[in-house]
Amino acid sequence: MATALTRKDFVSDQEVRWCPGCGDYAILAAVQKAMPEFGIPRENIVFISGIGCSSRFPYYMDTYGFHTIHGRAPAIATGLKVTRPDLDVWVVTGDGDGLSIGGNHLIHVLRRNVDLRILLFNNKIYGLTKGQYSPTSEIGKVTKSTPLGSIDYPFNPIKVALGAHAAFVARSIDVEQKHLGEMLKRSHDHRGAAFLEILQNCNIFNDGAFNDLSDKTIKADHQLVLEHGKPLVFGKNRDKGIRMNGMRPEVVAIGNGLSVDDLVVHDEKNLSLAFMLANFEPPMPTPIGVFYAEERPTYDALINKQLADAKAKQGPGDLRKLLNRGDVWDVN
Amino acid sequence: MAVPPESAAKAAAPQASGEPALRKEHTRRDHVVIRFAGDSGDGMQLAGMQFTTESALAGNDIATLPDFPAEIRAPAGTLAGVSGFQLNFSSSEIFTSGDEPEVMVAMNPAALKANLGDLAPNAVIIVDKEAFTESNLKRAGYESNPLTDGSLEKFQVFQVEVSRLTTLALHGMGLNNRAAFRCRNLFVLGMVSWLYQRPIESTIAWLEGRFKKNPELFEANSRALKAGFNFGETTEMFASSYEIAPAKIQPGRYRNITGNSATALGFLAAAVKSGRPLFLGSYPITPASDVLHELSTFKNFPVYTFQAEDEIAGVSSAVGAAFGGAIAITTTSGPGMNLKAEAVGLAVKTELPLIITDIQRAGPSTGMPTKPEQADLLMAMYGRHGESPLPIIAAATPSDCFDCAYEAVRIALKYMTPVVLLTDGQLANSSEPWVLPDPDKLPEIKVELRTDPKGFMPYIRDEETLSRPWAVPGTPGLEHRIGGLSSENLTGNISYSPANNELMVRTRSRKIAGVTREIPATQVFGDQGGGDLAILAWGSTYGSVREAVKQARDHGQSVSHVHLRYLNPLPADLGDTLRRFKKVMVVEMNLGQLIKMIRADYLIDAFGFNKVQGRPFKVSEIVNRINCALEG
Ligand SMILES: Cc1ncc(C[n+]2csc(CCOP(=O)(O)OP(=O)(O)O)c2C)c(N)n1
Ligand code: SF4
Ligand SMILES: [Mg+2]
Repeated sequence: MATALTRKDFVSDQEVRWCPGCGDYAILAAVQKAMPEFGIPRENIVFISGIGCSSRFPYYMDTYGFHTIHGRAPAIATGLKVTRPDLDVWVVTGDGDGLSIGGNHLIHVLRRNVDLRILLFNNKIYGLTKGQYSPTSEIGKVTKSTPLGSIDYPFNPIKVALGAHAAFVARSIDVEQKHLGEMLKRSHDHRGAAFLEILQNCNIFNDGAFNDLSDKTIKADHQLVLEHGKPLVFGKNRDKGIRMNGMRPEVVAIGNGLSVDDLVVHDEKNLSLAFMLANFEPPMPTPIGVFYAEERPTYDALINKQLADAKAKQGPGDLRKLLNRGDVWDVN
Repeated sequence: MAVPPESAAKAAAPQASGEPALRKEHTRRDHVVIRFAGDSGDGMQLAGMQFTTESALAGNDIATLPDFPAEIRAPAGTLAGVSGFQLNFSSSEIFTSGDEPEVMVAMNPAALKANLGDLAPNAVIIVDKEAFTESNLKRAGYESNPLTDGSLEKFQVFQVEVSRLTTLALHGMGLNNRAAFRCRNLFVLGMVSWLYQRPIESTIAWLEGRFKKNPELFEANSRALKAGFNFGETTEMFASSYEIAPAKIQPGRYRNITGNSATALGFLAAAVKSGRPLFLGSYPITPASDVLHELSTFKNFPVYTFQAEDEIAGVSSAVGAAFGGAIAITTTSGPGMNLKAEAVGLAVKTELPLIITDIQRAGPSTGMPTKPEQADLLMAMYGRHGESPLPIIAAATPSDCFDCAYEAVRIALKYMTPVVLLTDGQLANSSEPWVLPDPDKLPEIKVELRTDPKGFMPYIRDEETLSRPWAVPGTPGLEHRIGGLSSENLTGNISYSPANNELMVRTRSRKIAGVTREIPATQVFGDQGGGDLAILAWGSTYGSVREAVKQARDHGQSVSHVHLRYLNPLPADLGDTLRRFKKVMVVEMNLGQLIKMIRADYLIDAFGFNKVQGRPFKVSEIVNRINCALEG
């Protein structure tokens, strides 16, 4: 396509069927807005999803799309990307889809570093099945399936991703359109498996789950925006920061002899720091941004290199020669 | 079938060759069934395979059946650790690896004990005498030494000091005992090669290749091989060697092939023919792993092999590859087949080409992983939720796996559908001579990727086959979404319309039913016009059934054999064909699965003959059942 694409080019003709007010709308809008900036022809873009409210996503994008089965999108995307490295492949999944039924596929796709952009919409609930607790729900969560409160400890998606040795790990929030746009761009520009957790409000079954992070009046005190090379400062008046006290991070107030220079400086290339930040849960501020970014050979590139090398070494496949290989004999 | 030694004709002259005339007698035999048995670590599979190659190169028809334990190295010397390799080699056409070995090599007491019950009366047993130590006897559960207690009276036992003679042959090489011990299988191979007048050059050439990087081991192994051969020649023990003349078989270039190799090559050939890359997504499982191993060596074709994290990812990755335009394959056995069901359903619903290969093994659950069974047929037919029809093809012999794998791809592409290919653990590992196909003469496989946006819709259909277009990502103007949700006819948009849903379900069902147009007229071996009894079978029972029916017909019985390759849809003329017979017997290695389909589809009152022992039917078992059926 010669002419530049616009947001509208990515809007499909399908009626969007999420509940009014669902955070998924904001994410869809951010993705449709970001797409034209990537300059990739529409026909080379594929969205692959599993099952869940979030996984309806591909129907609304006017690209190639595949709404598959519960939890398996990473595996399906792997088969596609490996054989079609020319495509820009996106995976859309939910906290149940990606971390419960599909947890195995998610960790392996991250470990292998298949060149995919993986958007995990985390609403800490099963939306589509009408409100059961999910593997990211906080302990004690009261839902239809846990009337006395859930008793299993939740996953922290960022820690799961880092634990699986993902090469790119980031977090954003549905309502933070600008930040989300930036994170989409970073994910897109990264070569390899890019894991982006997007905190998403399910206003029907888990409304306000991220209120602290989205309510304009208080969010600045709860969000810790990560920027490479910059000190870890937060707060409405940007008067708080993260300092190391020996081996322990702590929140400190800036002033009274403490300056920005005493704070931890974010380094996306520091895996230990990424793990430390991933551990930040309330009352610590919640980090958003890129936790970790590392360039590492991608699985699809490596497998295609093996194929190319084999071809260079053995020549293109010759079926007749292959069939005649080994101990053959003639009967006349 | 075992030929009694009395009937063997004596040959006057030794084999014509440049060699000096052999001193010893030379006896001609029509065929021989031999079994090599030993501990898992004794190299019996290797000895058996090399002897097979020697016999194939000598022009015999051959059929093999390896039999190994599920444990990689069960405790040495125990019954659980016994590994066997059976070969039937013949101067005429054969169909099975033989009911009862007439010759057995037993490398230790456990091997003797585990296999004794299978042997033909008066069979020849060659043992490594030195392996019959007190501790080995005890490990095998022998109270007294069978070599001396008279319990082997019914057999012709040859006690050879294999270990000592092998060590002697390697004298001066400075090898340790363990390395020398490991050459025993080559000594035995040499001895048996002499016994059946097989040239050992091909084995020496093979050893050379195998030990390219280790000349010392090459030297040791070939010395042991030659020593065994010369031992046969000089020992007083063997009064005679045997000659099995070349078989009269179809002219052509041959190689020996196992079912798993043939399956891998069939997929590869189909991919080459279609001009599309091959993708295999798979998770290791016995007895399917060898297809993954073999396809992994064809990378330059190009072939992508992906060892996934589980079977679900194996099939799912293949679905993704199919979406992108590759020839997509997944391979597994029963337990993995269960795991794949949901993703196969997605491929049925989204109408993507995909081949699911189930190399069946004895179940349920882990069952007997190295043993064959045919109990996954109804799972292949019905083991998915919803109305989820797909074509099913089953291979009959090791080399037939090539044709069936090829055909599975052809049909998957032509009809845009997943196809199940069924083989089993017996076909997987057993081998037979295979006339190499001419790649140019293989059936055409046409792939037309949709490129024209004009009038494109994801579910617009070919008028004849009802298949939908293969419109792969990367094609400008064809951007579209597919998925598992019920979709509107033509557009593929989500639709919950009741009438539309029924239309789509029925259309997919009609599409699969239409595959009958690919199926040739049913061949009856025997009485095409009908007769007393038809045996209906599928898969690896082919050899036993065919041989049994041949024998019955030689005795004047009106018995015929119909063997199915296409299990879904069934051939259009099958009902009428079967109705021409007074009785129909369905032979299967399960408790009756095809028979249910036959009875349901044709209301034919067939009866079953079934076996689930993880072992193929013996010819004699089927012959006996035929006799009963014709009497009753
Ligand atoms: C094999 C299978 N099991 C269960 C379901 C039912 N199911 C559909 S979506 C879902 C949970 C989705 O939760 P999540 O991934 O968090 O997505 P959300 O709806 O919250 O966006 C479940 C259990 C299914 N479709 N398939
Ligand atoms: S149930 Fe929740 S997640 Fe699903 S569409 Fe409605 S608001 Fe969104
Ligand atoms: Mg959710």
